[in-house]
Amino acid sequence: MTAFAHTGAAAGPDPLPLAAVALLAAGYLLAVSRARRGWRRRRTVAWLAGCAVLAVALGPLAGGPGDPRVHMAQHLLLGMVAPLALALGAPVTLLLRVVPPPVGRRVGRFLRAGPVHVLAHPVTAALLTTGGLALVLLTPLYAEAERNPVLHHALHVHYVAAGYLLAWSVAGPDPAPRRPGPAVRIAALIGAGAGHAVLAKYLNAHAATLPPGLPHRDIEALRAAARLMYYGGDVAELLLATALFAAWYRRGRPRRPAPSGGAGSPGPAPRCAADRVGPVSRCTGSRPSAGA
Amino acid sequence: MARSWLPDNGPDTPDPRRSVLAAAVIGVAVMAAVDEIVFHQILGWHHFYDRSTRAVGLFSDGLLHSAELLALVGGFFWYADLRRRGVLVPRAAWGGFLLGAGAFQLFDGIVDHKVLRLHQIRYGVHLLPYDVVWNAAAVVLLLLGAWVTWRVRSRPGRAAR
Repeated sequence: MTAFAHTGAAAGPDPLPLAAVALLAAGYLLAVSRARRGWRRRRTVAWLAGCAVLAVALGPLAGGPGDPRVHMAQHLLLGMVAPLALALGAPVTLLLRVVPPPVGRRVGRFLRAGPVHVLAHPVTAALLTTGGLALVLLTPLYAEAERNPVLHHALHVHYVAAGYLLAWSVAGPDPAPRRPGPAVRIAALIGAGAGHAVLAKYLNAHAATLPPGLPHRDIEALRAAARLMYYGGDVAELLLATALFAAWYRRGRPRRPAPSGGAGSPGPAPRCAADRVGPVSRCTGSRPSAGA
Repeated sequence: MARSWLPDNGPDTPDPRRSVLAAAVIGVAVMAAVDEIVFHQILGWHHFYDRSTRAVGLFSDGLLHSAELLALVGGFFWYADLRRRGVLVPRAAWGGFLLGAGAFQLFDGIVDHKVLRLHQIRYGVHLLPYDVVWNAAAVVLLLLGAWVTWRVRSRPGRAAR
């Protein structure tokens, strides 16, 4: 694993991704400073924590040698930990608070568009994260990304985006029109976690040949990377599940007006209305009474 | 997560059935976690991947593992919700916990180890005594859970508190 094998990252951390992360953090802070009626501090903390995790993954972890374990840690942070923290930062809600109403309406129209529904469905998101990972690790794409820095960056963007999509569709506080009920979201999360676990065990068992096309192959390091993937995936799933159920728990505070059932009822809206300003102000998040 | 499909006893009425179910979900997940932590990690008896594992076993294991993690978190939030609403029946919850733990242990001992042959309890030893102790422990947990739950049902007035 010499510098020649890793031309893209051998010169140390690439400044470009780090600049993008800094921009994300700065843009959010700027929006917070302009938000009318204030902004919850824990959302800001979540967003900045997400940016910090991204920075660790793209900075210190990116410059090292092509150790598969370091690579795996980087992918876990980029694809699972950072996206959840970012989604908990509720950037869309923040955006809707600071932009003028016409722009907000346009954002709302965009979120209600058909393709966005399909993309933002938890099952789509689960397929994109776990399926994307399978595509990278089971094909020569992984080896190719080691050589080609553009592909390398593109894959990182994919990890973050797909992970964000999953976190948002499953547990995010941001509005998501026609978001499916808890049962579908839980099923999608179980599916994504299962796919991840199976992929990790499969890679562990076939470290001698997978991922294909590597110029140097340290089988023990690849096995360790697969185990890291397995247990790291568990941590990510636990975090996502906690976010999902904690939101359900918070919305189901006592003195709920709706009895059981209530599939079509608007549900208790103690915080929905306050949190969701703008064109998508309907509370489309989890209803505590629907299937819960 | 079962407020809608179970009959509601009304607000603030002790709800032994949900108490059993919520705690059973926790019991399953805690037993799975014990299996992972004690036998895979601390003792190192179970193998992460057994050469004889077949594809179907690998997939069912992944699905079960993923569902357990969600059950662990979801079960605790469900339990907390029952408690917060004052409808939890602690004894019923203990019964449910033991039932869930026993059920998982038995499922692991019969389906995972013997039917799917995902991995064995230990390697390089005579397996029979291990299998017997494993499954007997599961049955003991199940019986204990059934007894505790049955006592709550037969004496609801006393057990509700």
